[in-house]
Amino acid sequence: MAERLLEVDDLSVHFATEDGVVRAVDGVSFDVERGKVLGIVGESGSGKSVTAMTLMGLTRDVNARFGGEVNYRGRNLLELSESEMQRYRGNEIGMIFQDPMTSLNPVYRIGEQIVEAIQTHEKVDKRSAGRRAVELLRQVGIPNPESRVDDFPHQFSGGMRQRAMIAMALSCNPSILIADEPTTALDVTIQAQIVELISVLKDDFDSGVIMITHDLGVVADIADEIIVMYAGRVVERAATRDLFYDPQMPYTWGLLGSIPRLDRPRPDRLHSITGAPPSLINAPPGCRFRPRCPHAFAKCVEEPPLENHVETPGHLDRCWLDVEVKRSVRAATIAGEAPEAA
Amino acid sequence: MSANGGGAPLIEVRHVKKYFPIRKGVLQREVARVHAVDDVSFAVREGETLGLVGESGCGKSTLGRTIVRLLEPTDGQILFQGRPIEKLGARRLRPLRREMQMVFQDPYASLNPRKRIGQIIGDPLKIHGIGDKRERKAQVEQLLETVGLSPEHYNRFPHEFSGGQRQRIGIARALALRPKLVVADEPVSALDVSIQSQMLNLLEDLQDEFKLTYLFIAHDLGVVRHVSDRIAVMYLGKLVELSPAEELYRRPIMPYTEALLSAVPIPDPDLAAKRERIVLEGDVPSPINPPSGCRFHPRCRYATQVCREVEPPLADYGNGHLAACHHPLNVDAATLATVQAAPQSPAEADEEALPRDTSGESHPVEGETGAPQTP
Repeated sequence: MAERLLEVDDLSVHFATEDGVVRAVDGVSFDVERGKVLGIVGESGSGKSVTAMTLMGLTRDVNARFGGEVNYRGRNLLELSESEMQRYRGNEIGMIFQDPMTSLNPVYRIGEQIVEAIQTHEKVDKRSAGRRAVELLRQVGIPNPESRVDDFPHQFSGGMRQRAMIAMALSCNPSILIADEPTTALDVTIQAQIVELISVLKDDFDSGVIMITHDLGVVADIADEIIVMYAGRVVERAATRDLFYDPQMPYTWGLLGSIPRLDRPRPDRLHSITGAPPSLINAPPGCRFRPRCPHAFAKCVEEPPLENHVETPGHLDRCWLDVEVKRSVRAATIAGEAPEAA
Repeated sequence: MSANGGGAPLIEVRHVKKYFPIRKGVLQREVARVHAVDDVSFAVREGETLGLVGESGCGKSTLGRTIVRLLEPTDGQILFQGRPIEKLGARRLRPLRREMQMVFQDPYASLNPRKRIGQIIGDPLKIHGIGDKRERKAQVEQLLETVGLSPEHYNRFPHEFSGGQRQRIGIARALALRPKLVVADEPVSALDVSIQSQMLNLLEDLQDEFKLTYLFIAHDLGVVRHVSDRIAVMYLGKLVELSPAEELYRRPIMPYTEALLSAVPIPDPDLAAKRERIVLEGDVPSPINPPSGCRFHPRCRYATQVCREVEPPLADYGNGHLAACHHPLNVDAATLATVQAAPQSPAEADEEALPRDTSGESHPVEGETGAPQTP
């Protein structure tokens, strides 16, 4: 069994705002193991990015309240002081952000920014940090790293900037790499390159990866385990193959059906999940997906627990529907056909 | 997607070029040119959706903007309903603006944050002097309903809306003048997949309701397949393949198209692991000094000497399927023998340099390409 690096247990993150308390993350649990990729999938506002930023200690603020535990090799990161957290951030947990255009500083050279990251965490002189920067750029596949290291971000293309971000995140050999929508702003061809790069680097650096995305297609061939988040909660958690071939939550079916698929004949209409995610201030009682769920029935006004309903242990979901009912209706929902009343 | 893709051409581009000069020094002398669009020809028929696909920097957005005359073409002809419009001045263009509208990529940057929704959608009507204040308001409210928003949103500001809702506002604005042609420039790439599918369905519904013709620009062949009747693939300013939509997915001829297809993620772990992914090395080269011959040759896994030296003409493979390649994929010898250069071919391409013979070379045939196969 692989080494368990990170255990997130019943994490909640609430922000006090003028309009009320925003329950951005509400009781989320998962583990990250060395050499494995965990996919976190959900729409905008599902709490997936807040979860990731909390692991990095980036959501600490006077109006933020945390619950639960984030245990990294036996230490609860939520209890650390800001200066203690600084030792973990970057060193132990590295992060790649969504938008490579805005997360690099436009007035500093690429190399300077990587050197700064290295020197923040380690006592090394500038010259050897510079050599490390070149080596890192080579590892992430930048051609001519010796000369490109002196380029400014605007001289890099979008894909190269994302590679530079990855080099920076890896500069201190973190055990965990968090990639928050690393491919969303990129062309499909560059997307494929970046996903492949992350999976190669994961083995080179022997780290665990958390890959956050709104597109299930992106994590299909890289993730080992996937959690699906909706309105601040985990609504389904399963090994990748189980999630794709035996999805239990109607929300997951909706996500699967929304993807235009090249491996299937073109349907007349794409399935879409009607409506929008609920407000996190006044979340609907019971199942939070109920207002958008085509299969909702009377029982759904009660809160469903995250439980194992299928034969595979470890495959959890939050849905009241009977497993046999789900298996008989889901194909139609994923294909975008009008559901019969359940 | 519409069933009636066979109408007369609504808009036609003929050998259109758009170069951007790079100026330097006190005299602002032109030192180089960005070859953004380099001799592209095609037509969009009335009622159809033409998908325009390529990576960032291939010139697809520049071409879209040139077609609606937001940019001046450097050379070539643009015909709207058979009438040349590439040289019209601002005044004579104004009535045409009502016929051609655009939907932009970024729903955050394309709506003025200081204006209310009612004003944003109503401005085109006001500018063209349509109706009085009350009539315009009624029209805007109806448009809001058409795109799936509530008329009560009339007095709200853009920041009060989510990305998907903003894109609906952008679509309502484009529809306000009842245009014939809508150029949609990456209308869904900034949105979540679940919202993407809502938007694609909405665009289809509106096409039926308002008899629209779409030029749909995107980088993702998965998205384009759902809306397009025909698809044009661009690479570094050139049109490299043009085909009826389903045929392009079944039988890509240009290796670049094959690579684009294989990059689209498939939400099926077993299939994804099985299929061969052609990961294109590197980025699109600079359009300031584009590569010689076939512009794709530095990244092409089939490239040979001829690809470096001779620009391939757009060859006609029948059934409206055109492609510019010296080593076409998925083509049998019989078809290859009859291939002719198409009139859409760039003027600089060597019309004699048609792919003729496959002897001695192994070309992948259907079933062995990286493209996913329809079962």
